[in-house]
Amino acid sequence: MMPLLRHARYVLSENPVTGLAFGLFTLFLIAAIFGPLIAPYNPLQSDAVNTLKPPTWAHPFGTDQLGRDIFSRVLVAARLDLSIAFASVILAFLLGALSGVAAGYFGGWTDRIVGRLADTIMAFPLFVLAMGIVAALGNKVINIVIATAIINFPLYVRVARAEANVRRDAGFVEAARLSGNGEARVLLGHVLPNIMPIMMVQMSLTMGYAILNAAGLSFIGLGVRPPDAEWGIMVADGANFIQSGEWWVAFFPGVTLMLAVFCFNLLGDGLRDIIDPRQRT
Amino acid sequence: MLKLLLSRLATAIPSIAGVIVVTFMLTRLLPGDPAAYFAGLAASPQAIAEVRTKLGLDKSLPEQFVGYIVDLAHGNLGNSLSTGQPVVAEIVNRLPASAELTLVALFLAVGIAIPLGVLAAVKQGTWIDHLCRIVTTAGVSLPVFFTGLLMAYVFYYLLQIAPAPTGRLDAFLSAPTDITGFYLIDSILTGNLETFRGALSQLALPAISMAIFSLAPLARMTRGSMLSVLNSDFVRTARASGLAPRTVVFTYAFRNAVLPVITTLGMVFSFLLGANVLVETVFAWPGIGLYAVNALLTSDYAPVQGFVLAMAVLYIALNLLIDLLYGLVDPRVRLDS
Repeated sequence: MMPLLRHARYVLSENPVTGLAFGLFTLFLIAAIFGPLIAPYNPLQSDAVNTLKPPTWAHPFGTDQLGRDIFSRVLVAARLDLSIAFASVILAFLLGALSGVAAGYFGGWTDRIVGRLADTIMAFPLFVLAMGIVAALGNKVINIVIATAIINFPLYVRVARAEANVRRDAGFVEAARLSGNGEARVLLGHVLPNIMPIMMVQMSLTMGYAILNAAGLSFIGLGVRPPDAEWGIMVADGANFIQSGEWWVAFFPGVTLMLAVFCFNLLGDGLRDIIDPRQRT
Repeated sequence: MLKLLLSRLATAIPSIAGVIVVTFMLTRLLPGDPAAYFAGLAASPQAIAEVRTKLGLDKSLPEQFVGYIVDLAHGNLGNSLSTGQPVVAEIVNRLPASAELTLVALFLAVGIAIPLGVLAAVKQGTWIDHLCRIVTTAGVSLPVFFTGLLMAYVFYYLLQIAPAPTGRLDAFLSAPTDITGFYLIDSILTGNLETFRGALSQLALPAISMAIFSLAPLARMTRGSMLSVLNSDFVRTARASGLAPRTVVFTYAFRNAVLPVITTLGMVFSFLLGANVLVETVFAWPGIGLYAVNALLTSDYAPVQGFVLAMAVLYIALNLLIDLLYGLVDPRVRLDS
């Protein structure tokens, strides 16, 4: 563990941006966990007197068309946005890594079926497929998670398949097989843990995309229903006021969303530099 | 060349088959009753049963699938509930608006990303390299609908140099005679400069927001592949032979570096076609993306399914085009096939 930590410190000092991204990540995590506790106002409480007020000290991000405090809503939304992204990334990992590892390890028919499935998903423009899936499954948050997981599935399959393929005849796999482990056990107990670091990198690289995708879906009115606070839907709300100059309604949720995606993309790159230095650019 | 074309077409067949199966599944296999969807929210049980028979949903799944294929072969994607129009006709009508926007965005993205990537690689470590890195990291992080809104606010509301973000053409201008369906081209063909200017100014903001979103992967790939080609032996040989730096970079390095960039175009198209939906929503652009979004909001499912299928077929066709382009640029691919 020590060399890895030392290497991590080296990479961080080489690339301070990763450190910055990690700081941002901590902030987002705090907002997601404690958001409702630290929010100065009730995010759903409307206030007929103070509608569409520009940012002031009392309302640092201003208020929206119902007089709700935008800062509180942005803060509270972190939990929903990050949960959707986390859940979809974990689901994509479970589906993609397992089938990808099996495809790479067994080859043959397993490989062909999994490959065809991934290719079929890749034949669609991904956001459009996600729209179609949510439309078919029904307009619910859980279906945004499923749709986002499905469109990320091929990426996980590709990485897991390639990595498992390289290892199928590696010494430690042969050794595990010779000591009498069944194929399933070799696969799950030996091959999968061995490619976990690379899968972790993949997960953090796709987190940003998952957030962007989920926010895009709710921007066009899928999944999250008002009055729930979510960054994408808040930007959609604010879109109605851009032409009349009330910029803050869309601006603050939009910037937060952008920072979150930016933070996860940088974090993914940083994590890749630490775990898989060959891929450094 | 014909052989190459045919072999590439053959590789697209499984994709198309997969896409058709998936869109069929999206309508029939998943939870929920399509008949209830298609009958509308307020339909009585009798009306739903009627729709079920009409749509053939009382038949077995394989029979339904055959019916679906027959419908597709006849170019029938069903009718929209809210307008009563055939989905195919609406999609065909609206396609030029989307295509014009997407193509202009693509040209913008390629036109910025490739020079930027090449310069960043040639002048590695200078300010232009850092600029390239910032653009590529920030570009993929920007939610395209947010960039669009922000630009509308700055250029329409604050600076007042852009027209209102609503549609393809100002209400006071008349649309050009329909020749290609692309307003920019049609207005030039008919010599209507005022309409051309109007169409261009409406197009600028949505096209730029889409271009910003999609240029990141292109610039990143151009820089990376240029760097590796510039470090290769044949470039060193060319330099050692005393060729002008310009010749080395453009004739020798760039031609080889462009191959992976062409491959990246596939991903860029996936980005663009998705971003298209969001940008059309922001700018009230009357294309197929906005059509699908409006249909989604009224639970009108036939247009959504038609839209997904049309986009997938378009995407497969674009990927086919990329493959062929690849063959044109790289003679080795032609020999292999």
